[in-house]
Amino acid sequence: MTEVLVLIDAVDGKVTKPSLELLTIARRIGEPSAVVFGAADNGVLAEYGAEKIYTFDDAAFGEYLVGPKAEALAQLVSEKSPAAVLAGASTEGKEISARVALKTQSGWIGDAVDVQVAGDTITTTQSVFAGNFTVQAQVSQGTPIITVKPNSTAPEAVTGAGTVEAVTAEISDAAKTAKITSSKEKAASGRPELTEAAIVVSGGRGTGGDFTAVEAFADSLGAAVGASRAAVDSGWYPHTFQVGQTGKTVSPQLYVANGISGAIQHRAGMQTSKTIVAVNKDDEAPIFELVDFGVVGDLKEVLPQATDEIKKRKG
Amino acid sequence: MTKIVVAVKYVPDATADRTFSADNTVDRVGVDGLLSELDEYAVEQALQIVEAGDGDVTVLTVGPEQAADAVRKALQMGADAGVHVQDDAIHGSDAFATSLVLAKAIEKLDYDLVVFGMASTDAGLGVVPTLVAERLGLPAVTFASEITVDGDTVKIRRDGDVATQEIEATGKLVLSVTDQTGEARYPSFKGIMAAKKKDVQEWTLEDLGIDAGSVGLDNAWTKVESFEPRPPRTAGEIVTDEGDGGAKLVEFLASKKFV
Repeated sequence: MTEVLVLIDAVDGKVTKPSLELLTIARRIGEPSAVVFGAADNGVLAEYGAEKIYTFDDAAFGEYLVGPKAEALAQLVSEKSPAAVLAGASTEGKEISARVALKTQSGWIGDAVDVQVAGDTITTTQSVFAGNFTVQAQVSQGTPIITVKPNSTAPEAVTGAGTVEAVTAEISDAAKTAKITSSKEKAASGRPELTEAAIVVSGGRGTGGDFTAVEAFADSLGAAVGASRAAVDSGWYPHTFQVGQTGKTVSPQLYVANGISGAIQHRAGMQTSKTIVAVNKDDEAPIFELVDFGVVGDLKEVLPQATDEIKKRKG
Repeated sequence: MTKIVVAVKYVPDATADRTFSADNTVDRVGVDGLLSELDEYAVEQALQIVEAGDGDVTVLTVGPEQAADAVRKALQMGADAGVHVQDDAIHGSDAFATSLVLAKAIEKLDYDLVVFGMASTDAGLGVVPTLVAERLGLPAVTFASEITVDGDTVKIRRDGDVATQEIEATGKLVLSVTDQTGEARYPSFKGIMAAKKKDVQEWTLEDLGIDAGSVGLDNAWTKVESFEPRPPRTAGEIVTDEGDGGAKLVEFLASKKFV
């Protein structure tokens, strides 16, 4: 079995769910080796199938943008000649992996939603044009380097050896020219991370600026809260929660759009959600063209009733 | 004196029926195109940087004949000059080959900063700025939400998923900007008239010293094997709230095991 390098994303040592999904996908191709910058929970990595865990530790990884990490990973790829490299389709995952692809003269695929393996051939699926098309692609040169979107598969626990190997890399001065002078972590909302959440409940212009009903409904479902561009531009909700072309792309099991008309830019960010539900006063809102279930009505009446009903059912 | 190159893309209109050509590449001819909306923010930022200090803005695009429209729009907004790289051999290039053409063109221009939009509105991967930076041997600060240029130091604020970062860089730099950097201006009548007199250079691969064998569909490192339209969604159930809309919503969610 050949090795597959998986770039792990960990926040304060906690391995993210998309990283566990990557380990699961890597097993379709070969033996997963986790690549960790800084620290991650090695126990969890082994529990989800990592045979090896390569750990890089260098202050440069935290002080500068992706340059040093890309150089380190490229050196590891050259040394190990893996069958593939998998990374998350986050900003950083894409930037590191794309630089690695160029450094190793390898084909690169962004935003895969599925990875299929037949013999030695890896085929990926991407969703394009606001989810209106799916395309299948293959890498035709070098090591396939693939970034995969969150929620592309369910993480499966399968014990791996989890052998930890500390590795080092030569970092050039050129990679150390954009310095991070400060980093302020966002206050935790207590809700799931938007791009990773299984359920997303969003609010738009129809909230009139009051997200109370949207948040209460989201909490009853254990969902993340999102917002449309109109709501963000009006200053009603922070930009980090914006779903759409200029915000986050989400692909949850369930997406509930409240008071959102469904402009093309918003649809581009949520159209691949498995089940779509909308609540809107306007029965002609384009969002209703997408839904599996829609309620024509005022979200301020519909959502509190739904929230109470869910609480009742959960007892 | 800050010399800025803004790289822009001519994309199929997102509100039109975008599709593919027979060779699995994006259909850029049969669908009306325009300057990618997200690139307008890049043009705007470049103009603001120059207006706050001193310098000039050159807008650069790689694309078919129609892509000249994207350059023209940026010139109307206020960019000083334009470069349009056009060569039949470029057709079907992936992000990697496109980054090669852009990097060679940028090297040929005198520059301090290269500014991109956060992503194109067609492929939407947002990775070309990083690839161009890698080819130029430069850092890329992507998804910037605020930029301040002070002499040869550039300060950037970046609002990421988990943290807000402040970044400082000196020397040549590649940037990509989000829509949070500020509303893009509309071309004024004066701007539209002035754009007609501005210089637009047309370059081919030969002008850039690029071998046709390193770009285009046949030389892509990644190939699209097939594409298919998503099956149309079956019409969903729509109910009108008559005092029981919330209950009905939960009934539906329960039937799908979400509750």
